Amino acid sequence: MALQDKYQAITNAALQAGITDLQVREQSGVLYIDGTAPSGSVKDQLWDIYGQIDPNFTGGDLILDVKVAANANVTRARVTTDSSNLNIRKGPGTDQPIVGKAAKDEVITVVSQGNPQWWLVRTADGEEGYAYATYLTAEA
Amino acid sequence: MKMIRLIPAMALGLMLFFTGCAPKDADIRSEIEKKLKANPATAAAAVTVIEGVATLSGELADENAKAEAAKLITGIKGVKSVVNNVTLTPPPPVFIPPVITADDPLMQSVKDATKDYPGVKAEVKDGVITLTGDITKASLPKLMMTLNGLNARKIDNKLTIK
Repeated sequence: MALQDKYQAITNAALQAGITDLQVREQSGVLYIDGTAPSGSVKDQLWDIYGQIDPNFTGGDLILDVKVAANANVTRARVTTDSSNLNIRKGPGTDQPIVGKAAKDEVITVVSQGNPQWWLVRTADGEEGYAYATYLTAEA
Repeated sequence: MKMIRLIPAMALGLMLFFTGCAPKDADIRSEIEKKLKANPATAAAAVTVIEGVATLSGELADENAKAEAAKLITGIKGVKSVVNNVTLTPPPPVFIPPVITADDPLMQSVKDATKDYPGVKAEVKDGVITLTGDITKASLPKLMMTLNGLNARKIDNKLTIK
């Protein structure tokens, strides 16, 4: 129960923000908080609270797995890499061959968010493949 | 004239007659309690009786028990109506154990996630991701967010912040 208390602020915020399928449980010294956020900003808000409790995420006692609800209306995403191009690959994995690239800040078409880590995308040039979702920000 | 004088006395007599005849609230209550306690499903319910109105409260297991409690009361002499304020016991939360990805696919996902952080080394064993090396403070939350979404058992972050 001590871990639930330590991260109570995250759970409370999750309940208030309308996280669906929220599950909080402890097993072998690790607290698992799972759920689906209605938007990316809600996920960021929970991570901000996590960062206040454990600034460098070194506790090793929490898995905060908040997914952002796949939105069927999202058809465009902006490439938000630090500076480099984003690789577009034949399949979902860095072991897959690169079939195209998208430049930073380029807006590309999202075909499917079926895989939360790897979105199926298409560039303006018609190159289609999988891009790493961390570097994509959904456009309204 | 004699009759007129008698009216208050008769009224008093009638009042005493009816009060004596209708069961007292306390008696009704004890009778209801006896019936509730006799049934294990309704034993946890409580009851108050005020002027013949029986109010049930407490917590019972389900709708059937709640209905049963009200049914036990109907027919008891002196009960004019029943207010059923019994609440239902919420079902216990279902414990769903966290899903842990097997090491091989987890390692592949971790490779994907750490590929763009050249200073970060990652190992996977029994579902535990161990991070060593260094990372910038700005990049750390982004990497941690991605790693937290891979269904690891635990993330042991030994990264040095640059």
